[in-house]
Amino acid sequence: MSALTAPRALVAPRPTAVPRARRRTTRRLGPGRAIPGGAALGLLALLVVWSIGSATGLIDQRTLSAPWTVVTTTGELLEQGRLQENLAVSAQRAFLGLALGIVLGTLLALVSGLSRVGEALIDGPVQVKRAIPSLALLPLLILWLGIGETMKVVTILLGVFIPVYIHTHNGLRTIDSRYVELAETVGLSRWAFVRRIVLPGALPGFLLGLRFAVTGAWLSLVVVEQINGTAGIGYMMELARTYGQTEIIVVGLVLYGVLGFGSDALVRLVQRRALTWRRTLAD
Amino acid sequence: MATHPRGLTVIPERSAVPPPVHGVLADERTATTDGTVVVRDLVRAYGLGEGDGRVLRGLDLSIAAGEFVAILGRSGSGKSTLLRALAGLDHDVHGTGTIAVPDRVSVVFQDSRLLPWARVLDNVTLGLRGPRVRELGVERLAEVGLAGRERAWPTELSGGEQQRVSLARSLVREPQLLLADEPFGALDALTRIRMHGLLRDLCARHEPAVLLVTHDVDEAIVLADRVIVLDAGRIALHVEVGIDGPRDPADPRFADLRAQLLAALGVPLTERTVS
Repeated sequence: MSALTAPRALVAPRPTAVPRARRRTTRRLGPGRAIPGGAALGLLALLVVWSIGSATGLIDQRTLSAPWTVVTTTGELLEQGRLQENLAVSAQRAFLGLALGIVLGTLLALVSGLSRVGEALIDGPVQVKRAIPSLALLPLLILWLGIGETMKVVTILLGVFIPVYIHTHNGLRTIDSRYVELAETVGLSRWAFVRRIVLPGALPGFLLGLRFAVTGAWLSLVVVEQINGTAGIGYMMELARTYGQTEIIVVGLVLYGVLGFGSDALVRLVQRRALTWRRTLAD
Repeated sequence: MATHPRGLTVIPERSAVPPPVHGVLADERTATTDGTVVVRDLVRAYGLGEGDGRVLRGLDLSIAAGEFVAILGRSGSGKSTLLRALAGLDHDVHGTGTIAVPDRVSVVFQDSRLLPWARVLDNVTLGLRGPRVRELGVERLAEVGLAGRERAWPTELSGGEQQRVSLARSLVREPQLLLADEPFGALDALTRIRMHGLLRDLCARHEPAVLLVTHDVDEAIVLADRVIVLDAGRIALHVEVGIDGPRDPADPRFADLRAQLLAALGVPLTERTVS
C-alpha cells in the first residue's frame, strides 16, 4: 500500500477550501442541460456571419447576394406567383417520392429481416444500389421512363428507400433475442409477433432512416429538377443561372435548406413523441 | 466433472452412446390434460460440453397438479436446461426423451423481460385476445400490488415491481404449470423475502404446478413442497419439505433440511453460514 501515492486531495485536504454543497441537477457524463431554442442557434450564427460579410462588402454581391436581397427577391417572386407555383410542383414530387420510398424501404426491410430467403434475395441488390449514385443512374432512368414526372418520382424514391431500408433492417435485426423467446412462451402468432415486438422494436431504427430519407428526398429533387425540368424550384434556379440572377439562385438554396431543416425537425418531433419509453443520454 | 467431491455421482469417461448430431431433438412431446408433468429419460447435450457434452443424463421427474417443486443445483448442473426443455425453448441442443406437460404453461425469467415500448398493462396482456382481457390484466396487476400502474412504462418501475409485472403476465394466462428460472435472483434480499410471500399467496390462489429453479437453498425450503437437487444432469437428492405452517429458518427441521441440501450440493460444513 505504501508504494501507492494517493491523490493529494485525499492526503491533505486544503483547510481553507470548504467545498460548498452544490447539487448537480444534470448527469455528470451527459451532454448537459438543454439549451432553449438550441436547434436554431447554429443557423442564427451563420446568418449573422453572412449579414456582416455582405454589409461590410467582404462578400461580393455578384457571388453571393446579401440576406436582405434574398428577402426582397423572395417577396418579388411571391408577388409574381412564380415561387408558390414552383414550390407546389417540387413539393408534390418530393412527397410522392418520399411516401413511395418509405413504403418500399419498410416492406423490403421487413421481408429481408424476417426471412432468410428474403434476406438472401433482397439485401445484396439493395447494397449494390446503395453504392450507385442517383446521378449515375439518371441517364438510364431517362431512357426507360422518359423525362416526365415518373422518372423524377422514381429517382427520388430510389434515393429515399435506401436509408429507410438500411436503418429499419438494422433496427429489426438487433431486437434482443430475449424478446423473441418471450414471444414464443406467450404463444404469439407470427403477425402478433411482428406487430407487438418487431415493429415497435425496429421503430427507433426506422425513424433514424426517415431522417436521412426526408433530407435525401429534397437532395434528389435538386438533381432531377436541374437536369431537365419545366417547373420546380430546381428549374427556377437553373433558369436564373442562365440569366446570371444570383439572388434567385440563393432564394432557391435557402428554400431547399429551410425545407430540409424543417422536415428533419418534424421527424425529430415525431421521434420524441413515438419513443417516449426510451431513456437515453439526451434525456 | 467425472468425480464428485462427495462421491455422489460417477460419470463414465466416455459414453457408449455416440453423441447425437448437433441440433437434433428427438423428443416425444405430449400434452397432459390433468395438469401433471411427466418427464422420462430426458437427455440433453450441447455440442461443446465436457465429455460427450451431455447436460441432462436420463432424467426422470413427475410433478403432480398444483405441486410446488424447487430445483437446486450448482451452475452447470442442468437445472436451467431442464426448465427450458419443459418450456419448449431449447432449439439449439440435441436430445431424446419424453416430455408431457399441460397445455397452459407460463414462464417467468430471471429478468422481468418486459417490452420497454409497451405499457405495463399491455405487457401483462401480451398475446391475449378477447373482451375480458384488459379486465383480467387489471385484476392480476392489483393482485401483485400494482393497481393504478397500468399506464406506466416498464422503465419507470423498480426491479421488484418489474418482476411483479412479469408474475402478473404469467398468471393472467391461468397456467397449469408455472416455470420460474431464478425469478428473484436479480433482486435485493429484502425485496426477495417480500416476493416469496407474494408468490406463495398467488400459488395458493391459482394453484398451478410450479417448477422453480433456484440457487437459494432457503428460498427452496420456504416455497416448495418438494426439493430436488440436480447434479451433473441427474437427480442427486429428492426430499419432501413437510414442514406445516410458517417455515421459520430458526425451526430445527428447517435447519436440518438446509444442512441436508447443502451437503447434497457439495458445500462443506466449514463453509456454511447461517444467514
